[in-house]
Amino acid sequence: MLQKQTSRWVNLGFQFLAILVALAFTTLLLVLSGAPPIQAYKELILGAFGSIDNVSNVLIAWAPLLITTAGLLVTFAAGLWNIGIEGQITLGAIFTTWVLRSFENSSLSPTMIIILSIVAGMFGGMLWASLVGVLKTFGGVNEIFGGLGLNFIASTLVLYLIYGPWRRPGVASLSGTEIFPNRLWLPSISNLGISPWAFALGILGILIIYFFLRGTYIGLKLKAIGKNIRSAHTLGIPTWQYMMLSFMICGLFAGLTGALQVTNVYHRLLPYITSGYGFLGLLVAMLINYQAIWVAPITLFYVALNVGSVQLPIALKLDSNLSGVLQGFLVLFVLLMEGVRQKLTRKV
Amino acid sequence: MQVELHDIHKTFGPVYANKGLTLVVPSGMIQGILGENGAGKSTLMKILSGFIQADRGEIILNGKQVVIKSPADAIKHGIGMLHQDPLDFPPMQILDNFLIGHSGGIFPQKIKAKREFLNLAKEFGFSLDPNNYVDALTVGERQQLEIMRLLWLGVDVLILDEPTTGISAEQKKKLFETLRKLAAGGKTIIFVSHKLEDVGDLCARVAVLREGELVGSMEPPFDNEKLVEMMFGKVIVQPQLQTIKPGECVLEMRDVAIEDYRLKMSEINLEAYAGEVIGLAGMEGSGQSLFLKACAGLLRPVGGAVYVHNENMTGKVYRSFLQRGVAYLPASRLEEGLVPGLTLSEHFCLADGNTGFFIDRKQNLALTNTRIKDFNIHGLATTPVESLSGGNQQRALLALLKDKLSLILLEHPTRGLDIESAIYIWRKLKARCNDGTAIIFISSDLEEVLNYSDRILVFFSGRVSRPIRADKTNVEELGELIGGRGWTKLAT
Repeated sequence: MLQKQTSRWVNLGFQFLAILVALAFTTLLLVLSGAPPIQAYKELILGAFGSIDNVSNVLIAWAPLLITTAGLLVTFAAGLWNIGIEGQITLGAIFTTWVLRSFENSSLSPTMIIILSIVAGMFGGMLWASLVGVLKTFGGVNEIFGGLGLNFIASTLVLYLIYGPWRRPGVASLSGTEIFPNRLWLPSISNLGISPWAFALGILGILIIYFFLRGTYIGLKLKAIGKNIRSAHTLGIPTWQYMMLSFMICGLFAGLTGALQVTNVYHRLLPYITSGYGFLGLLVAMLINYQAIWVAPITLFYVALNVGSVQLPIALKLDSNLSGVLQGFLVLFVLLMEGVRQKLTRKV
Repeated sequence: MQVELHDIHKTFGPVYANKGLTLVVPSGMIQGILGENGAGKSTLMKILSGFIQADRGEIILNGKQVVIKSPADAIKHGIGMLHQDPLDFPPMQILDNFLIGHSGGIFPQKIKAKREFLNLAKEFGFSLDPNNYVDALTVGERQQLEIMRLLWLGVDVLILDEPTTGISAEQKKKLFETLRKLAAGGKTIIFVSHKLEDVGDLCARVAVLREGELVGSMEPPFDNEKLVEMMFGKVIVQPQLQTIKPGECVLEMRDVAIEDYRLKMSEINLEAYAGEVIGLAGMEGSGQSLFLKACAGLLRPVGGAVYVHNENMTGKVYRSFLQRGVAYLPASRLEEGLVPGLTLSEHFCLADGNTGFFIDRKQNLALTNTRIKDFNIHGLATTPVESLSGGNQQRALLALLKDKLSLILLEHPTRGLDIESAIYIWRKLKARCNDGTAIIFISSDLEEVLNYSDRILVFFSGRVSRPIRADKTNVEELGELIGGRGWTKLAT
């Protein structure tokens, strides 16, 4: 017992070290590009938490990333790399936009339309995810390649819609489709943009996944498949059916992310509607070693970095991708430190 | 080369694997090392061959103290180890595999190597085609390849870890011949095994390990009873097992034909009755694994029909068989049977076949603890299965079986287990037979097949014998059949 606890502290120590090294490298990069590092970090923090508006922006971005990452834990549990998550978010956004457009001028109440559009978005994401599953199960296509291919198709589809059938009257541009009227926005706290509904969905999503993976038979079976598919088969678990199910659940969550991007964040369809949350979610999932309990704090940290860095070009004439650099370094060094730790502790 | 190990200590966490072991093997000797699983045999050999390092102690070769840091280092010092699972490269050509580890510039001299390969093969009477692929070889032939490779690398000390597991009687004879020849030529042979008869046949001296310590040493003539007592610290009595009167037919194979890329088998007919044990004997890869997989629905027959309780199950998947009370226990426990990373209680939870949504932890824990006690598994509910020993993993697999089963199919149920564990496993299996379960099992240990089966099927390169009654045959007859002789006599 004592030994277990010391090893936990050692673990934490290594992770802390990883964060320090990541910060050091980012600082080095800042110094090399001639920017004052302290100032830059200050701007980063102020950009995220400096005002009510900024905090609200962080929270707006948090819900979608939280939901996507939660969904990804399900596919990771089954040992699957759902690289197609970006496409699934995109399809969610497309389906949501489609429903909003179709019922915009109908007699249905706005609440009804919004609910309908979100459900449609979830369905869209699930559909796209099950395609990855079908390709894997019946076509023998590895989910990484299938997902990558479907990502390309999804982003092409968005461009086609924006420039084609759904273009703005008169102009077709990268700025997306016509903005939806206010009543079709997810209700938010007055002029802050943050919606309690989106927030609630995010929290609910991660809670569901946490309990799903921890306390249900389906969750346990998925874990068994992820850890050893052959033994799972011998134990009588229908493996491909469960893998399909995990894709569909992840797709539902991805679709919900897309739906929130449309109904709560951008209020239209954009070419880059995913904001890269799919890939970011994959990164976060790896960073936290697929532990559901860490999803909420780490995704919050990541969106804070994202939102905070928006200030950088204005204040310091720095590229706002600095946060991306820091995020990447963090994942790399945490994984690296994990490797180093294993190597060192094995000797002891 | 004279090998001396002095006061070797090695711990894995809190477990003492080697506790001050000292062993001196003079050059030209075949030294046996005997001990049950977990006695520290493999650890000691891995230390000598550089796979792991001792915490304390000295290794002295020909009077000179050395430090062995890696397997490559060991080879440089002239020590080569033949592992229980041959460390070769199945997709490679035999000659290429032979060349591995040989330092000879960037471009291997294949023509010269081939000539030397053929010379070596001739010297020992191995018939290996250097252009063939490794995955076409049997375990025994892969051993031969590995021995040749090590000798070619110039080793003076050859360590063999359980080399007689999974090879035929014929191959074993050849292996022993080779080893005797090598010893006569001055090589030092260290032969690790838990099989008394093998050690007795071959070795000039036997050291017995128990719980990481050297408990005794013996030279011929060997007293088997004494050796067993040293191995276990007590006398073990083989229980007399009564045969059970068979009941209704649980499995029927009617003119079944099965095949994979290597073997084709046809016109297989068998009726297995409740309560009986059927042993499948044969050299590894003679078709018995295919047969067992076909019984479980893991392999779809290309012809004929399979019936379970008179229901036609031909072409159904394994899960349907499982639902009708057919269970399959594979030989590779951690690869096909258990899920590394999950705990014992999670395994029982999976195997329990619950249909609810949420896991009932209380009930699961109660079930796990009962099973752990019933099956004498040394582990806790929260122990991950990969940290259990081989015997405990096998007991866990048995414990995972449902209460009511019609047929249990086992691949090498006691492979790698010590005698005590093996007896325990069979007691549990026989108890199942009493409850009306039929058992079909594969074993390369003929004694085991004869001891526990009611009827025996012999496999030889895709041919299946008619069922032979175990009380009407003996090791000699089975041995001949396995080697492909005496089949015409059997047919009549």
